[in-house]
Amino acid sequence: MKKVIALLLACVLAFAMVACGGGEKPDVKGEGVMTYAEYAAAALDTEVTIEAYVQAKQGWWEKEGVGVATIYTQDKEGAYFIYEMPISNEDYNKLTAGTKIKVKGFKAEWSGEVEIIDATYEILEGNWVAPAADATAWLGTDELIKHQNEFVAFKGATIVASTDANGAEHAFMYNWDGSGSQGNDVYFNAMIGGQTYTFTIESYLTGADTEVYKAAEALAIGDVIDMEGFLYWYDGANPHITKITKAQ
Amino acid sequence: MKHRLVLLLFCTVCMLALTACHGSRGLDAFVIPETFDTSREYEITFWAKNDTNMTQTEIYQQAIDGFEALYPNVHVNLRLYTNYGVIYNDVITNLATGTAPNVCITYPDHIATYLSGVNTVVPLDALMAHEKYGLGGSEVRFDAPTQAEIIPKYLAEGVIGDAQYALPYMRSSEACYINKTYVEALGYDIPDILTWDYIWEVSEAAVKKNADGIYEVNGQDVMIPFIYKSTDNMMIQYLAQAGAGYSTADGEILLFNDETERFLYEISSHVETGAFSTFKISSYPANFLNAGQCIFAIDSTAGATWMGSDAPLVDIAEEKIVRFETVVRPIPQLDPENPVMISQGPSVCVFNKADPQEVLASWLFTQYLLTNEVQIAYAQTEGYVPVTQKALDDPDYIDYMSRAGEDNDLYYDIKIAASRLALDYTENTFVTAVYNGSASLRDAAGQMIENTAKATRRKQAVDDAFMDKLQTDITALYRLNEARGSAMETKDLGPLPVGAKALLGAVGAVWVLILLYLAQNTIRTRLRADAKNAKK
Repeated sequence: MKKVIALLLACVLAFAMVACGGGEKPDVKGEGVMTYAEYAAAALDTEVTIEAYVQAKQGWWEKEGVGVATIYTQDKEGAYFIYEMPISNEDYNKLTAGTKIKVKGFKAEWSGEVEIIDATYEILEGNWVAPAADATAWLGTDELIKHQNEFVAFKGATIVASTDANGAEHAFMYNWDGSGSQGNDVYFNAMIGGQTYTFTIESYLTGADTEVYKAAEALAIGDVIDMEGFLYWYDGANPHITKITKAQ
Repeated sequence: MKHRLVLLLFCTVCMLALTACHGSRGLDAFVIPETFDTSREYEITFWAKNDTNMTQTEIYQQAIDGFEALYPNVHVNLRLYTNYGVIYNDVITNLATGTAPNVCITYPDHIATYLSGVNTVVPLDALMAHEKYGLGGSEVRFDAPTQAEIIPKYLAEGVIGDAQYALPYMRSSEACYINKTYVEALGYDIPDILTWDYIWEVSEAAVKKNADGIYEVNGQDVMIPFIYKSTDNMMIQYLAQAGAGYSTADGEILLFNDETERFLYEISSHVETGAFSTFKISSYPANFLNAGQCIFAIDSTAGATWMGSDAPLVDIAEEKIVRFETVVRPIPQLDPENPVMISQGPSVCVFNKADPQEVLASWLFTQYLLTNEVQIAYAQTEGYVPVTQKALDDPDYIDYMSRAGEDNDLYYDIKIAASRLALDYTENTFVTAVYNGSASLRDAAGQMIENTAKATRRKQAVDDAFMDKLQTDITALYRLNEARGSAMETKDLGPLPVGAKALLGAVGAVWVLILLYLAQNTIRTRLRADAKNAKK
């Protein structure tokens, strides 16, 4: 009996250690495909090949007659931002949250945002949707940038005033300085742990007809909210928020 | 009975087809009404571009309020953009569905593409000269400039083919915003007119690093000495300075020439050392300049409020801004004695509509944008210059220009210096030929620099083979080998309008009916013949 209990305890301990060791088991990558660690270590302007799962996508549009889309992807180790990848409208419509793709392109950095550009792709078998990792405690620390582009959550944020170019205060603004109108990106400031951070509703990702856009337009100074979104970077953290809920 | 039904159906379809054919050739040409009917209400849409600048947004709204106060029967709906390219794409899409705006801020290059439709954009010559409703006309309810008061050089930029299709709204050029503190630290003075040799030499001097990998000049781990915002302008202006080809007035492409190639090799050599980069590759020149990570930032004079340690508009964290002295100079030149630079800035056009009264209302609003009140207010928001002599001579504008440096807001010295530069060098500016396809050629010129820079950064060989492939790729991407005048065909015009779908369906239906009718007749004839034969 004691042996059985010891075995059970050992099993539980083993499972617990796996769970503590960073969550899900990393994917086995195809031949010639980088792990996230290899991608992160790769120099800028070098060719990279990754496999990841689509988490969200910005709108498809034609650039010089070629369809392109910007896609948020992630595997179980980290995230990859695929910028303006040439893609047919037909294939674009096949990309839903969880779709596995192989992407080959060049690693680049624009205003601190690390991304893959000039990319080609292949749709693969497989599906995985990333859970939102709680990034609340990472704000203001060096840990945050290690999770660039990941799907994350921020909890217990208090809406504070955003000031437009004329000094007027708002709970949110269209464009960063209030110069826009409905349909443009929405910016709002929220305080977490005594520090104020700026969050964005990226209109190409979640437009004016989406729930999150409307939720942002309904924000009031003093509201306490929880958020989910992608940890985009623009000269510092500039999360693209995809969900806002009033905190309990 | 059946014969009558088929005939009726056939006639109906023919009538529908004729109606649809009439619509497919576009609107009738605009004819100026005898009088502006103020007993009716008009709703017009105005698509405007701002430089992510709230003051500009407010000035547009003030202009609308001022106009509506004078013309209470006209209501102007403002739609704001921060990017000319997006306006262009949206206009193309909406032209296809008959929902283009009434008045639109745009570039003449773009208008040339809009003109590939029939009667899409209103030619303004007759409107400008109209006795009652023309520029400064007798029935105009505000103090509009006369045609003679619009700067002729700017007005000429809106002539496409043999007609005036655009009025200038604001004008600007490009400027080089320089971190003087760092240039002097490197042991150089700043001449009044920069040369390309000078800017390359100082940029190369600025990429020297200490043993620990930190740049000597700024003590940081990032330094891109020279960043160019608009690489299309970079190529176009360089070719103009060199007297090399770009395109002819009727659309013959001269971009691929020895001078272009020589310039690309030069650029590649400075990308390789890290001395040069572009907006598309790195980010906004202003952000690097203000962080002390760039020495020569070339951008529009209309980007001046973002430049310098005390810039009123800032896009980086406050703690990243470093203190330095900023000076403004014209873009680098090949011949400093004869500087050459581009004239740019927003123009405005009027789209045709079925109701001529609505078009007339749109024209009156367009004219209102040229009043001193709007011109001076908007010019003060950035390093723009007004497009009328009337505004330039206005005491308020003269006073504004004389107060550089009084504060870091309305009188921000870098902004006024940029406006002064654009004014002082007006006669040294040029524009490229405008035709259907000129917008693509402009994009192609910039993309050649971007592709060369990217290839260099990726350690790819930039040699004769690369240049050959670059030309082939760019020609294909921008369809430069297609006959000019087909730019509309390159765009996705969206789904077919309902009328067109109905027409195609009706045409198909009528063919089916005709075939059924013929088949029925044939069968009947045969049956009768068979019956006759059987009787025999």
